[in-house]
Amino acid sequence: MFKKDIPPSNRSKVKSSVQRGLRQRFLDTYPGFEPYIEEVLPKKAQLDAVKLYISPFPFLHFLFQAMHSPERTTLYTIDSTPLFYQPMDGPPIPHLKLVHAYPEAVPTVQIDRGAIRFVLSGAALMAPGLTSAGGQLPEKEHEIKAGEVVAVKAEGKDTVCLIGVLKAGTEEIKEKGKGVVMDEGHYLGDGLWRMSLD
Amino acid sequence: MAEVAQVAPLESQARDVLYCGICTLPPEYCEFGGTAKKCEEWLKDNHLEAYQALYSEEALTSNLSSLSVSARERAAKDAAKKEAKAAAAEARDAERKAASKVQIKRVERNKRKHVTVITGLDIYGLENKKLAKELGKKFATGSSMTRSAAGTEEITVQGDVSEDVKEWLLEVYGKEIPEANIELVEDKKKKSSS
Repeated sequence: MFKKDIPPSNRSKVKSSVQRGLRQRFLDTYPGFEPYIEEVLPKKAQLDAVKLYISPFPFLHFLFQAMHSPERTTLYTIDSTPLFYQPMDGPPIPHLKLVHAYPEAVPTVQIDRGAIRFVLSGAALMAPGLTSAGGQLPEKEHEIKAGEVVAVKAEGKDTVCLIGVLKAGTEEIKEKGKGVVMDEGHYLGDGLWRMSLD
Repeated sequence: MAEVAQVAPLESQARDVLYCGICTLPPEYCEFGGTAKKCEEWLKDNHLEAYQALYSEEALTSNLSSLSVSARERAAKDAAKKEAKAAAAEARDAERKAASKVQIKRVERNKRKHVTVITGLDIYGLENKKLAKELGKKFATGSSMTRSAAGTEEITVQGDVSEDVKEWLLEVYGKEIPEANIELVEDKKKKSSS
Protein backbone atom coordinates (compact mmCIF):
# COMPACT_ATOMS: atom_id res chain seq x y z
CA MET A 1 0.00 0.00 0.00
CA PHE A 2 2.80 2.38 0.86
CA LYS A 3 5.50 0.85 -1.23
CA LYS A 4 6.35 4.13 -2.87
CA ASP A 5 7.59 7.19 -1.07
CA ILE A 6 4.84 9.49 0.01
CA PRO A 7 5.27 13.09 -1.06
CA PRO A 8 4.98 15.62 1.71
CA SER A 9 1.57 17.18 1.74
CA ASN A 10 -0.45 19.63 3.68
CA ARG A 11 -1.59 18.98 7.15
CA SER A 12 -4.70 20.42 8.62
CA LYS A 13 -6.02 20.62 12.11
CA VAL A 14 -8.78 18.25 13.05
CA LYS A 15 -11.94 19.70 14.52
CA SER A 16 -12.32 18.79 18.15
CA SER A 17 -15.67 17.12 17.55
CA VAL A 18 -14.19 15.01 14.78
CA GLN A 19 -11.24 14.27 17.02
CA ARG A 20 -13.56 12.98 19.72
CA GLY A 21 -15.26 10.72 17.21
CA LEU A 22 -11.96 9.42 15.95
CA ARG A 23 -10.77 8.71 19.43
CA GLN A 24 -13.92 6.74 20.13
CA ARG A 25 -13.61 4.84 16.87
CA PHE A 26 -10.00 4.06 17.64
CA LEU A 27 -10.89 2.77 21.08
CA ASP A 28 -13.75 0.68 19.75
CA THR A 29 -11.46 -0.92 17.23
CA TYR A 30 -8.62 -1.45 19.68
CA PRO A 31 -9.86 -2.08 23.20
CA GLY A 32 -6.24 -2.86 24.03
CA PHE A 33 -5.39 0.81 23.87
CA GLU A 34 -7.88 1.68 26.60
CA PRO A 35 -5.31 1.95 29.43
CA TYR A 36 -2.97 4.08 27.36
CA ILE A 37 -5.34 6.32 25.52
CA GLU A 38 -4.62 9.37 27.66
CA GLU A 39 -1.01 8.99 26.74
CA VAL A 40 -1.50 8.20 23.10
CA LEU A 41 -4.19 10.71 22.38
CA PRO A 42 -4.67 13.17 25.24
CA LYS A 43 -8.03 14.89 25.27
CA LYS A 44 -6.45 18.30 25.00
CA ALA A 45 -3.98 17.53 22.25
CA GLN A 46 -4.45 18.96 18.79
CA LEU A 47 -4.68 16.20 16.24
CA ASP A 48 -3.40 16.91 12.74
CA ALA A 49 -4.64 15.19 9.62
CA VAL A 50 -2.20 14.55 6.80
CA LYS A 51 -3.66 13.44 3.51
CA LEU A 52 -1.68 10.69 1.89
CA TYR A 53 -1.77 10.63 -1.85
CA ILE A 54 -0.70 7.30 -3.13
CA SER A 55 -0.25 7.81 -6.79
CA PRO A 56 0.96 5.23 -9.25
CA PHE A 57 3.36 7.80 -10.74
CA PRO A 58 5.31 9.57 -8.03
CA PHE A 59 6.71 12.19 -10.37
CA LEU A 60 3.21 13.25 -11.29
CA HIS A 61 1.99 13.41 -7.75
CA PHE A 62 0.95 17.03 -8.02
CA LEU A 63 -1.54 16.06 -10.68
CA PHE A 64 -3.00 13.38 -8.52
CA GLN A 65 -3.32 15.62 -5.53
CA ALA A 66 -6.06 17.44 -7.30
CA MET A 67 -7.89 14.27 -8.21
CA HIS A 68 -9.83 12.23 -5.76
CA SER A 69 -7.95 9.03 -5.93
CA PRO A 70 -9.92 6.04 -4.74
CA GLU A 71 -7.29 5.16 -2.18
CA ARG A 72 -7.67 8.23 -0.10
CA THR A 73 -5.98 7.67 3.18
CA THR A 74 -5.47 10.07 6.01
CA LEU A 75 -2.70 9.92 8.54
CA TYR A 76 -3.36 11.40 11.95
CA THR A 77 -0.52 12.86 13.94
CA ILE A 78 0.15 14.90 17.04
CA ASP A 79 2.90 17.35 16.20
CA SER A 80 5.34 15.15 14.33
CA THR A 81 4.43 11.86 15.97
CA PRO A 82 2.38 9.65 13.71
CA LEU A 83 -0.48 7.91 15.48
CA PHE A 84 -2.63 6.05 13.02
CA TYR A 85 -3.81 6.13 9.44
CA GLN A 86 -7.23 5.51 8.11
CA PRO A 87 -8.23 4.55 4.60
CA MET A 88 -11.30 6.25 3.23
CA ASP A 89 -13.68 3.52 4.27
CA GLY A 90 -11.72 1.35 6.65
CA PRO A 91 -10.81 1.10 10.30
CA PRO A 92 -8.03 3.23 11.72
CA ILE A 93 -4.74 1.37 11.72
CA PRO A 94 -2.01 2.37 14.17
CA HIS A 95 1.34 3.45 12.81
CA LEU A 96 4.12 0.97 13.52
CA LYS A 97 5.89 3.41 15.81
CA LEU A 98 2.81 3.46 17.98
CA VAL A 99 2.60 -0.31 17.95
CA HIS A 100 6.23 -0.48 18.98
CA ALA A 101 5.54 1.71 21.95
CA TYR A 102 2.50 -0.31 23.07
CA PRO A 103 3.05 -3.84 21.82
CA GLU A 104 0.29 -5.42 23.87
CA ALA A 105 -2.46 -3.18 22.60
CA VAL A 106 -3.01 -4.83 19.23
CA PRO A 107 -3.59 -8.57 18.67
CA THR A 108 -0.45 -10.13 17.30
CA VAL A 109 0.48 -13.07 15.13
CA GLN A 110 3.98 -14.26 14.33
CA ILE A 111 5.70 -15.21 11.10
CA ASP A 112 8.73 -17.44 10.70
CA ARG A 113 12.19 -16.12 9.92
CA GLY A 114 12.08 -17.05 6.27
CA ALA A 115 9.15 -14.78 5.63
CA ILE A 116 10.67 -11.60 7.05
CA ARG A 117 12.56 -10.59 3.95
CA PHE A 118 9.46 -10.90 1.81
CA VAL A 119 7.37 -8.92 4.22
CA LEU A 120 9.95 -6.16 4.45
CA SER A 121 10.02 -5.82 0.71
CA GLY A 122 6.32 -5.33 0.59
CA ALA A 123 4.96 -8.70 -0.50
CA ALA A 124 1.53 -9.90 0.53
CA LEU A 125 1.58 -11.99 3.67
CA MET A 126 1.00 -15.67 2.90
CA ALA A 127 -0.39 -18.34 5.16
CA PRO A 128 2.60 -20.73 5.29
CA GLY A 129 4.66 -18.05 7.03
CA LEU A 130 2.20 -18.20 9.89
CA THR A 131 1.44 -21.90 10.06
CA SER A 132 5.03 -23.17 9.95
CA ALA A 133 7.09 -23.98 13.03
CA GLY A 134 8.38 -20.45 13.49
CA GLY A 135 4.98 -18.86 13.13
CA GLN A 136 2.33 -18.38 15.75
CA LEU A 137 -1.40 -17.97 15.57
CA PRO A 138 -3.70 -17.35 18.52
CA GLU A 139 -5.66 -20.18 20.14
CA LYS A 140 -9.16 -20.90 19.08
CA GLU A 141 -10.66 -18.89 21.97
CA HIS A 142 -8.75 -15.80 20.88
CA GLU A 143 -9.48 -16.25 17.24
CA ILE A 144 -9.05 -13.19 15.05
CA LYS A 145 -11.62 -12.85 12.31
CA ALA A 146 -11.16 -11.71 8.75
CA GLY A 147 -11.30 -7.95 8.40
CA GLU A 148 -9.71 -7.29 11.76
CA VAL A 149 -6.40 -5.53 12.16
CA VAL A 150 -3.43 -7.51 13.41
CA ALA A 151 0.17 -6.71 14.10
CA VAL A 152 2.69 -9.17 12.75
CA LYS A 153 5.93 -9.80 14.52
CA ALA A 154 8.70 -12.12 13.50
CA GLU A 155 10.33 -15.19 14.91
CA GLY A 156 13.20 -14.22 17.19
CA LYS A 157 12.38 -10.52 17.05
CA ASP A 158 10.64 -8.41 19.67
CA THR A 159 9.27 -5.64 17.54
CA VAL A 160 6.37 -5.75 15.14
CA CYS A 161 7.26 -5.56 11.46
CA LEU A 162 3.90 -5.38 9.71
CA ILE A 163 0.39 -4.28 10.46
CA GLY A 164 -2.73 -4.50 8.39
CA VAL A 165 -6.16 -5.97 7.85
CA LEU A 166 -6.48 -9.75 7.82
CA LYS A 167 -8.05 -11.19 4.72
CA ALA A 168 -8.74 -14.55 6.30
CA GLY A 169 -9.61 -15.44 9.87
CA THR A 170 -6.97 -17.19 11.92
CA GLU A 171 -8.98 -20.42 12.12
CA GLU A 172 -9.37 -20.42 8.38
CA ILE A 173 -5.63 -19.93 7.97
CA LYS A 174 -4.90 -22.91 10.18
CA GLU A 175 -7.34 -25.02 8.22
CA LYS A 176 -6.22 -24.11 4.73
CA GLY A 177 -2.56 -23.35 5.30
CA LYS A 178 -2.08 -21.50 2.06
CA GLY A 179 -3.07 -18.42 0.18
CA VAL A 180 -2.89 -14.72 0.85
CA VAL A 181 -3.53 -13.66 4.41
CA MET A 182 -2.91 -9.94 4.23
CA ASP A 183 -2.90 -8.03 0.99
CA GLU A 184 -1.45 -4.70 1.81
CA GLY A 185 -0.19 -3.56 5.10
CA HIS A 186 2.12 -1.04 6.60
CA TYR A 187 5.56 -2.59 7.02
CA LEU A 188 8.90 -1.46 8.37
CA GLY A 189 10.74 0.69 5.87
CA ASP A 190 7.83 1.45 3.55
CA GLY A 191 6.81 4.87 2.32
CA LEU A 192 4.73 5.65 5.37
CA TRP A 193 7.53 4.59 7.68
CA ARG A 194 10.07 6.76 5.88
CA MET A 195 7.76 9.71 5.57
CA SER A 196 9.11 12.72 7.40
CA LEU A 197 6.54 14.70 9.29
CA ASP A 198 8.25 17.89 10.28
CA MET B 1 -1.69 14.54 44.25
CA ALA B 2 -3.63 11.42 43.59
CA GLU B 3 -3.74 12.31 39.97
CA VAL B 4 0.00 12.73 39.76
CA ALA B 5 0.53 9.33 41.27
CA GLN B 6 -1.80 7.85 38.71
CA VAL B 7 -0.10 9.43 35.76
CA ALA B 8 3.40 8.38 36.68
CA PRO B 9 3.04 4.61 36.20
CA LEU B 10 1.08 5.18 33.02
CA GLU B 11 3.92 7.05 31.40
CA SER B 12 6.35 4.25 31.91
CA GLN B 13 4.16 1.94 29.86
CA ALA B 14 5.16 3.39 26.55
CA ARG B 15 8.06 1.32 25.45
CA ASP B 16 10.99 3.24 24.16
CA VAL B 17 12.16 1.51 21.03
CA LEU B 18 15.60 2.04 19.64
CA TYR B 19 15.76 2.79 15.94
CA CYS B 20 18.80 2.42 13.75
CA GLY B 21 20.35 5.70 12.72
CA ILE B 22 21.17 4.40 9.27
CA CYS B 23 18.15 2.52 8.02
CA THR B 24 15.61 3.77 10.63
CA LEU B 25 14.35 0.24 11.32
CA PRO B 26 14.60 -1.32 14.76
CA PRO B 27 18.16 -2.74 14.87
CA GLU B 28 16.98 -6.33 14.88
CA TYR B 29 15.65 -5.83 11.36
CA CYS B 30 18.78 -4.10 10.04
CA GLU B 31 19.96 -7.27 8.37
CA PHE B 32 17.04 -7.05 5.97
CA GLY B 33 17.51 -3.41 5.11
CA GLY B 34 20.29 -3.60 2.53
CA THR B 35 22.73 -1.51 4.56
CA ALA B 36 23.47 -4.22 7.09
CA LYS B 37 27.19 -3.50 7.41
CA LYS B 38 26.76 0.18 8.05
CA CYS B 39 23.95 -0.46 10.49
CA GLU B 40 26.11 -2.86 12.41
CA GLU B 41 28.87 -0.30 12.73
CA TRP B 42 26.45 2.39 13.72
CA LEU B 43 25.00 0.25 16.46
CA LYS B 44 28.45 -0.64 17.72
CA ASP B 45 29.43 3.00 17.94
CA ASN B 46 26.24 4.29 19.45
CA HIS B 47 24.62 1.54 21.47
CA LEU B 48 27.21 -0.97 22.49
CA GLU B 49 24.88 -2.94 24.76
CA ALA B 50 22.29 -3.49 22.09
CA TYR B 51 25.06 -4.37 19.70
CA GLN B 52 26.45 -7.05 21.93
CA ALA B 53 23.04 -8.57 22.47
CA LEU B 54 22.22 -8.59 18.80
CA TYR B 55 25.46 -9.57 17.15
CA SER B 56 26.77 -12.07 19.67
CA GLU B 57 27.82 -15.51 18.46
CA GLU B 58 24.85 -17.26 19.99
CA ALA B 59 22.36 -14.89 18.50
CA LEU B 60 23.82 -15.33 15.05
CA THR B 61 23.89 -19.10 15.20
CA SER B 62 20.38 -19.36 16.57
CA ASN B 63 19.24 -17.15 13.72
CA LEU B 64 20.73 -19.51 11.21
CA SER B 65 19.67 -22.77 12.77
CA SER B 66 15.99 -22.07 12.30
CA LEU B 67 16.19 -22.12 8.51
CA SER B 68 16.89 -24.89 6.09
CA VAL B 69 20.14 -24.71 4.14
CA SER B 70 18.55 -23.89 0.81
CA ALA B 71 16.36 -21.21 2.31
CA ARG B 72 19.40 -19.73 3.98
CA GLU B 73 21.25 -19.65 0.70
CA ARG B 74 18.39 -17.97 -1.03
CA ALA B 75 18.08 -15.40 1.74
CA ALA B 76 21.80 -14.68 1.61
CA LYS B 77 21.65 -14.23 -2.13
CA ASP B 78 18.71 -11.93 -1.79
CA ALA B 79 20.44 -9.92 0.90
CA ALA B 80 23.54 -9.54 -1.22
CA LYS B 81 21.46 -8.35 -4.12
CA LYS B 82 19.66 -5.86 -1.97
CA GLU B 83 22.90 -4.59 -0.54
CA ALA B 84 24.37 -4.08 -3.98
CA LYS B 85 21.26 -2.24 -5.00
CA ALA B 86 21.37 0.03 -1.99
CA ALA B 87 25.04 0.76 -2.53
CA ALA B 88 24.42 1.56 -6.18
CA ALA B 89 21.56 3.85 -5.30
CA GLU B 90 23.70 5.65 -2.79
CA ALA B 91 26.55 6.10 -5.23
CA ARG B 92 24.16 7.40 -7.84
CA ASP B 93 22.69 9.80 -5.35
CA ALA B 94 26.08 11.13 -4.32
CA GLU B 95 27.08 11.56 -7.91
CA ARG B 96 23.90 13.40 -8.70
CA LYS B 97 24.45 15.66 -5.74
CA ALA B 98 27.99 16.43 -6.79
CA ALA B 99 26.98 17.13 -10.37
CA SER B 100 23.85 19.15 -9.77
CA LYS B 101 23.90 22.85 -9.31
CA VAL B 102 21.80 25.13 -7.24
CA GLN B 103 20.93 28.00 -9.47
CA ILE B 104 20.14 31.40 -8.07
CA LYS B 105 18.76 33.44 -10.88
CA ARG B 106 18.05 37.12 -10.90
CA VAL B 107 15.16 37.78 -13.20
CA GLU B 108 14.32 41.27 -14.31
CA ARG B 109 10.71 41.93 -13.78
CA ASN B 110 10.32 45.59 -14.46
CA LYS B 111 13.39 47.68 -15.27
CA ARG B 112 14.58 48.29 -11.74
CA LYS B 113 12.69 45.49 -10.05
CA HIS B 114 13.85 41.93 -9.83
CA VAL B 115 12.82 38.61 -8.48
CA THR B 116 15.22 35.88 -7.42
CA VAL B 117 14.47 32.40 -8.66
CA ILE B 118 16.16 29.49 -6.95
CA THR B 119 16.17 26.03 -8.48
CA GLY B 120 17.78 22.70 -7.78
CA LEU B 121 17.43 22.56 -4.04
CA ASP B 122 15.24 19.48 -3.89
CA ILE B 123 18.14 17.27 -4.97
CA TYR B 124 19.81 18.08 -1.68
CA GLY B 125 16.80 16.84 0.22
CA LEU B 126 15.45 20.25 1.07
CA GLU B 127 11.80 21.00 0.89
CA ASN B 128 11.09 23.90 -1.40
CA LYS B 129 7.91 24.98 0.26
CA LYS B 130 9.37 25.23 3.71
CA LEU B 131 12.50 26.87 2.47
CA ALA B 132 10.46 29.46 0.63
CA LYS B 133 8.74 30.37 3.84
CA GLU B 134 12.06 30.60 5.64
CA LEU B 135 13.51 32.85 2.98
CA GLY B 136 10.47 35.07 3.12
CA LYS B 137 10.92 35.45 6.83
CA LYS B 138 14.62 36.03 6.58
CA PHE B 139 14.46 38.74 3.95
CA ALA B 140 11.05 40.12 4.86
CA THR B 141 9.77 39.78 1.31
CA GLY B 142 7.25 37.71 -0.52
CA SER B 143 8.56 34.25 -1.25
CA SER B 144 6.82 31.24 -2.61
CA MET B 145 7.27 27.86 -4.20
CA THR B 146 6.25 28.01 -7.82
CA ARG B 147 6.13 25.46 -10.53
CA SER B 148 7.85 26.38 -13.76
CA ALA B 149 6.43 25.50 -17.14
CA ALA B 150 8.51 22.36 -17.26
CA GLY B 151 6.95 21.16 -14.06
CA THR B 152 9.98 21.55 -11.85
CA GLU B 153 9.71 23.27 -8.53
CA GLU B 154 11.44 26.52 -7.86
CA ILE B 155 11.43 29.20 -5.24
CA THR B 156 10.63 32.75 -6.22
CA VAL B 157 11.73 35.43 -3.83
CA GLN B 158 10.67 38.96 -4.53
CA GLY B 159 13.45 41.47 -4.77
CA ASP B 160 17.06 41.07 -5.71
CA VAL B 161 18.50 39.01 -2.90
CA SER B 162 20.65 36.60 -4.86
CA GLU B 163 23.88 37.38 -3.00
CA ASP B 164 22.15 37.15 0.34
CA VAL B 165 20.45 33.91 -0.55
CA LYS B 166 23.77 32.40 -1.43
CA GLU B 167 25.29 33.52 1.82
CA TRP B 168 22.32 32.27 3.80
CA LEU B 169 22.31 28.90 2.08
CA LEU B 170 25.98 28.42 2.82
CA GLU B 171 25.51 29.44 6.39
CA VAL B 172 22.54 27.20 7.11
CA TYR B 173 22.99 24.30 4.70
CA GLY B 174 26.72 24.63 4.08
CA LYS B 175 27.24 21.05 5.09
CA GLU B 176 25.01 19.65 2.40
CA ILE B 177 25.68 22.07 -0.40
CA PRO B 178 29.27 22.78 -1.42
CA GLU B 179 29.91 26.37 -2.37
CA ALA B 180 31.12 25.43 -5.82
CA ASN B 181 27.71 24.02 -6.61
CA ILE B 182 25.89 27.27 -6.14
CA GLU B 183 25.89 29.54 -9.12
CA LEU B 184 24.53 32.98 -9.57
CA VAL B 185 22.91 33.76 -12.89
CA GLU B 186 21.59 36.99 -14.25
CA ASP B 187 18.72 36.62 -16.57
CA LYS B 188 18.22 39.81 -18.50
CA LYS B 189 19.13 41.51 -21.71
CA LYS B 190 20.87 44.65 -20.55
CA LYS B 191 23.86 44.55 -18.34
CA SER B 192 23.93 46.61 -15.21
CA SER B 193 25.82 46.48 -11.94
CA SER B 194 23.92 44.89 -9.13
